[in-house]
Amino acid sequence: MAEVLERVTKIIVDRLGVDESQVTLEASFKDDLGADSLDVVELVMELEDEFDMEISDDDAEKISTVGDAVNYINSTK
Amino acid sequence: MNLTGKAALVTGASRGIGREIALELARQGANVAVNFAGSEAKANEVVDEIKALGRDAFAVRCDVSNTEEVAEMVKATIDRFGKLDILVNNAGITKDNLLMRMKEEEWDDVININLKGVFLVTKAVTRQMMKQRVGRIINIASIVGVSGNPGQANYVAAKAGVIGLTKTTAKELATRNITVNAIAPGFITTDMTDKLSEEVKTEMLKQIPLARLGEPKDIAKITAFLASDDSSYITGQTFHVDGGMVM
Repeated sequence: MAEVLERVTKIIVDRLGVDESQVTLEASFKDDLGADSLDVVELVMELEDEFDMEISDDDAEKISTVGDAVNYINSTK
Repeated sequence: MNLTGKAALVTGASRGIGREIALELARQGANVAVNFAGSEAKANEVVDEIKALGRDAFAVRCDVSNTEEVAEMVKATIDRFGKLDILVNNAGITKDNLLMRMKEEEWDDVININLKGVFLVTKAVTRQMMKQRVGRIINIASIVGVSGNPGQANYVAAKAGVIGLTKTTAKELATRNITVNAIAPGFITTDMTDKLSEEVKTEMLKQIPLARLGEPKDIAKITAFLASDDSSYITGQTFHVDGGMVM
């Protein structure tokens, strides 16, 4: 769990240029981290690469917070 | 050579305008994936011509209206070239009929290949282009998509759709440095226009200020320009290459 969050956080920090302290489980990509729709699509793509998995479009649409992403990754492991 | 080292995928590249586009991109330095649906022998001829120019090329069979086949084609292209810089959505068919006589199947077939196909291939390449932070998508529409044309309700609707799709894709992908433009050819001498009757052709020439049909190379040249770094400030546009027919 911790390891997944760490890797997800690093990707978010790199991609969105936000401070690591802003990346909490509750943080919404769009509302709190300044991402637009395309940024979220790209984040999902990077998560797919990082964790070597495929996230369907339906599932991807449900990912809106950092916690959503972490939970999704953990649930598929 | 302004396309040196670029990787391109051209759909419907075994014949007509697509063939000439594939060859022109290669002449300008690009490696090219030559997509075809039926004419494998013709696609292989294009591949051989490109290889003779010292570029890499391969033929790839794919029905652009089939999601799985499209995914495989795009993967094969990226596997071969290690990247994908240029997509030319050129594949297209006609099934002309007057609206009153047009069968639902004729409508669906043309919309599926000419419009849905552009959507599917574009969607499939965007992931790679977004990662690269650079890309060029060029959609071959048609001047009749702007002007309308009796007997081609399906084709015209599809091509007008491609023009709208071009604008939306351009807006969505602009921040990732991917440009998307359409070319609207007028009457170009290909197998597709050879099928037209002499009567229709004579009538057409009267509407063309330059009073002649275009050549595939007229389309290929502007495609190569739009595929190059020189066109980096142009996106979402539709270029009429029609001898001045529609202004």
